[in-house]
Amino acid sequence: MAFRVVHYINQFYAGIGGEEKADYMPEIREGVVGPGMAFKGAFKGGAEIVATVICGDSYFASNMDEATAKILDMIREYKPDAFIAGPAFNAGRYGTACGAMCAAVSKEFNIPVISGMYPENPGVEMYKKYAWIIETPDSAAGMRKAVPAMAKLALKLLKGEAIGKPSDEGYIERGIRKNMFYEKLAAERCVDMFVAKLKGEAFETEYKMPVFDRVDPQPAVKDMKHAVIALVTSGGICPKGNPDHIEASSASKFGEYDITGVNDLTSETHCTAHGGYDATYADQNADRVLPVDVMRDLEREGVIGKLHNKFYATVGNGTSVANAKKFGAEIVKRLVADGVTAVILTST
Amino acid sequence: MVKEIERELPVVHMCTIVPISQTVGANRIIPTIAIPHPLGDPSKTPEEEKALRRKLVERALKALQTEITEQTVFTE
Repeated sequence: MAFRVVHYINQFYAGIGGEEKADYMPEIREGVVGPGMAFKGAFKGGAEIVATVICGDSYFASNMDEATAKILDMIREYKPDAFIAGPAFNAGRYGTACGAMCAAVSKEFNIPVISGMYPENPGVEMYKKYAWIIETPDSAAGMRKAVPAMAKLALKLLKGEAIGKPSDEGYIERGIRKNMFYEKLAAERCVDMFVAKLKGEAFETEYKMPVFDRVDPQPAVKDMKHAVIALVTSGGICPKGNPDHIEASSASKFGEYDITGVNDLTSETHCTAHGGYDATYADQNADRVLPVDVMRDLEREGVIGKLHNKFYATVGNGTSVANAKKFGAEIVKRLVADGVTAVILTST
Repeated sequence: MVKEIERELPVVHMCTIVPISQTVGANRIIPTIAIPHPLGDPSKTPEEEKALRRKLVERALKALQTEITEQTVFTE
């Protein structure tokens, strides 16, 4: 008999809608929906998707505990042998939801859980310890590559077969160490690696050191009444018409915008360039993302010294970490040069 | 972006998906209302909405004035 698999997808892959439907509440349907068809083909009868959970990305991200509990209840009666989520590629909310559901299902039902994501998806860093995450390209164009790899790993896990190294199986390292037997002694292997490194040749470490990329908190602002506060956002707020043509996703730039004399952002003056959330509310009133109106009030009342006369914006939607880093470094250089004391950064 | 800014200036991150902010490495974090309107709520009147926004921004200013040694989520 084929193994029973439950599949998790978002509102987009279920064909329900895009950002305007991202608040879609969780539901479960019998059988395959959307990318489940491709899995069905890849399983070749070895496993069957008995049910598909569909949940809106924003709903999940805004109600994580509630959504997780609800979905676990839905899944229970289908008695799955494995759980597959996504693939989510580089979609941040979707990846987070896939990872969170994998972690919850693994804990609750103790069955294999498999997802697929681009390495920079925030869901990877958060959940790679708890799930087998196949490394995928950054967009849905990679579906053909992602599905067979995910299905293959799922079948192996279901059959209880031995799972090889991340580089052999295509999954993202989970930080699990395994003892192995080698012909060569450790000292010899170590010297081999060292020699390869000196020669500039490729070598593979047997134990990667974890990378801790943390920045220490700056000291608190002592004198808010004389502080200059700047607003920065990844929510894509810009003057109406998006004069710098900041991309709706995978932004390659940020904008610097003067707000001297601007007391309020309105639908006449500002909008969002962001393509990763429903723009209706930000286009109606951009203060909902970048609080210029309230900052002006606080400035007038003397709570803060001054609102910096420029704000900085980019679109945080599938934006590469390398670009985000570059934007941040350039923005802070300009802020320091302008005598800014502290920053409020808003994200959607 | 938050982390690069923090190398030079104190910064507070206002966002709805707090776990992502924590994973990325923001130090001062303020949870907000919803993804498409972090600092607003279209179901309220404009006055109520602005009051809500002000409350969150005041919380952000408080966070900037608070000494911390580790990641901190400010919920009041």
